[in-house]
Amino acid sequence: MQNLLLANEAVARGAYEAGVKVISSYPGTPSTEITESAAKYSDMYVEWAPNEKVALETAIGASFAGVRAMSCMKHVGLNVAADPLFTVAYSGVNAGLVIVVADDPGMHSSQNEQDSRYYALSAHVPMLEPSDSQEAKDYIRKAYVISENYDTPVIVRLTTRIAHSRSYVELEDRIELETKIFKKDVSKYVMMPAMARGRHIKVEERENKLQADISNYNLNKIIMRDKKVGIVCAGNVYQYCKEATNASLFKLGMVYPIDVDAIKRFSQEVEELLVIEELEPFIENKLKAHGVKCRGKDVFGIQGEFSVAYIREKLYGEKSPKPERSIPVRPPVMCPGCPHRSVLYALKRLKLTVNGDIGCYTLGASEPISAVDACVCMGASIGMSHGFDKANPENSKKTISVIGDSTFVHSGITGLINAVYNKGCSTIMILDNSITGMTGHQDNPTTGKTILGEETHQLDLKTLCEACGASSVRIVDAYNIEEVKKVVKEELERPSVSVIIAKRPCALLLKKHSPPQKILEEKCRNCGMCLTIGCPALEKRNSGVAINRELCVGCKVCNQMCNFGAIVQGDANE
Amino acid sequence: MSNNSYKTNILIVGVGGQGSLLASKILGSIAKIIGYDCKLSEVHGMSQRGGSVVTHVRIDGEVVSPIITPGEADYIIAFEMLEAYRWSYYLKKDGIMIVNKQKILPMPVIMGKEKYPEDILNDLKANNINICEVDGLQLAHKAGGSKTVNVVLIGVFCALNNIPFVVAEEALCQSVKEKFIAMNKKALMLGYESACKSK
Ligand SMILES: Cc1ncc(C[n+]2csc(CCOP(=O)(O)OP(=O)(O)O)c2C)c(N)n1
Repeated sequence: MQNLLLANEAVARGAYEAGVKVISSYPGTPSTEITESAAKYSDMYVEWAPNEKVALETAIGASFAGVRAMSCMKHVGLNVAADPLFTVAYSGVNAGLVIVVADDPGMHSSQNEQDSRYYALSAHVPMLEPSDSQEAKDYIRKAYVISENYDTPVIVRLTTRIAHSRSYVELEDRIELETKIFKKDVSKYVMMPAMARGRHIKVEERENKLQADISNYNLNKIIMRDKKVGIVCAGNVYQYCKEATNASLFKLGMVYPIDVDAIKRFSQEVEELLVIEELEPFIENKLKAHGVKCRGKDVFGIQGEFSVAYIREKLYGEKSPKPERSIPVRPPVMCPGCPHRSVLYALKRLKLTVNGDIGCYTLGASEPISAVDACVCMGASIGMSHGFDKANPENSKKTISVIGDSTFVHSGITGLINAVYNKGCSTIMILDNSITGMTGHQDNPTTGKTILGEETHQLDLKTLCEACGASSVRIVDAYNIEEVKKVVKEELERPSVSVIIAKRPCALLLKKHSPPQKILEEKCRNCGMCLTIGCPALEKRNSGVAINRELCVGCKVCNQMCNFGAIVQGDANE
Repeated sequence: MSNNSYKTNILIVGVGGQGSLLASKILGSIAKIIGYDCKLSEVHGMSQRGGSVVTHVRIDGEVVSPIITPGEADYIIAFEMLEAYRWSYYLKKDGIMIVNKQKILPMPVIMGKEKYPEDILNDLKANNINICEVDGLQLAHKAGGSKTVNVVLIGVFCALNNIPFVVAEEALCQSVKEKFIAMNKKALMLGYESACKSK
């Protein structure tokens, strides 16, 4: 049967068919739907871990214990999981272990554009890259075979355009595998210097062997067409090259190790060799190092996404239509009723330096709230405020961290422990909307539910922060601007580490809304104060302001903004 | 579109949260029912928070890239007028643009830093673009909920593209949860009928 699946769903299906028993992941666009979709197969145990490192370690444990295992994450997630990755590359596996990593060229939803292929190179782990959903499923199955044949973890790399595209997939049955026995073997499973030296030799051996065997796995494909130009490509770029040109194509399914000899032979069949790849010159540099004459980044550049139109323009100078008019941009915004808005607004009014973090609240860096002053990576806000504090203790009276519930559990806790341990006096605000919002609402340890929606222990943030040694942990209503301001001011004065938890559920998850608010025209002075809160449901009209009833969820934050009492509770059936 | 072929490039544009994912899913189901190859490119993640969202749907005997090249879209289904304006350069000559006459103001406009262009539809028409205007919100309310605007617009598209109603209906049933089927069927029907009338 054929199904129209996202490549992410096809990866989950591939894992199911390959007999995978354990999947542990942390959400991150564009990888999230793999694990969400995998959770629907009752033959696999699937979980959200608190971060990518724990997720990969769980998968490693399951592999050592003898069942096929998988861990999925976005590109920056692999940075967090890099520590176990580099060493499990030495240990190898018992049952197959596959790591799926999704890169985001063009940064649709990411803070950087890093190229994960370099992880394969530097950890010496094979990497496969599919070009559509069918291949995504097939490659996952092959990845498990390679993992077990060569005693190595295998990375499968996706990019946004693959992960979030749908195409037909032929479904097959699941293979059921016996659990392998975990045999005590200190030289393989305990990586201390003496053993690791031995394993490093094995890593090199297995890589050489795989390099020689690549063609056995039918992952690379040659399509001979016009022989003037031959193009080496992989993944989504292969689809673009196939459509944009009539050139002969060498499509890599295995992007590490690269079958240089096969590409050399291909290059002899064509007049000119081109490498077309998004992001870094990963394939190109390898070929050049082996003396293969080719062109690549001198034509195509390293930034952003490619497309059929882009390739035609670069190769043939063909222009496709471009936007003609200048049209107001539509940046992503915090939703109407988002509990982050009022908190960030309060922080802005207090003129604080706000070390932000990664989540929906990062949108508070945009106008008109413009409250967030810095944002690096998940969990960084807490360490950064501690750094501000240590750079000059005066800073801590006007600096605050904001971090979401999921991000705090991901990698904020250690930052808090550090600030307390080292006698800091920073103030940390946890924006607890009881969900992992930005990535599309995944449960996490603070929600008290598993990925299947089953009840589980609910991590209590207040108790946790107190146990870490925060001298004060207070809870505020995120919608109440004055309360937030008052409590923040008090806590900034405290000469020790304090935590403020602002609570309100994500507005997209509210089952019931209060009726939309309305504006009493006779009272409105058209001062525009309410617009400074940046709610998409408030619209500036020529005469005054209007509330968009389709968008308003009745959070009443704008009511607090009006000095003239012009914004009031509306009627449900107006 | 020629009569004997369903080869179609459809760009769905709108504002994050307006339900473009369901719309593209229904189109995918239609392709499957009529036995065509199909690729979709969706938007998940940050832009779904009120940003400008573009979904590509390609239906053909064989589809290679999931992404439509500017100037090659047969249809643009626009959930919002400013987004129709923004993405109109994707439409091919003689293509058709289905526009929901709804305005959602982007933040720079809300703040008064920029103006929401007036007369978008007339300007597009002046540029020889075939426009099919739809009061999606009104039809959606009639169907029982403003959330069904996406399905209303799919109804309009199916009528214009000569896709039999029963096929659209079957695709819809494959794509929405049981408890929402009745309301969405009504929305599909209202969209379909409104386009048949204006044809
Ligand atoms: C290392 C890493 N993993 C995953 C992500 C993807 N990501 C971006 S925001 C986010 C979750 C934010 O959740 P939370 O902190 O609860 O804030 P909310 O969006 O709910 O406001 C995730 C997982 C990332 N950017 N970096």
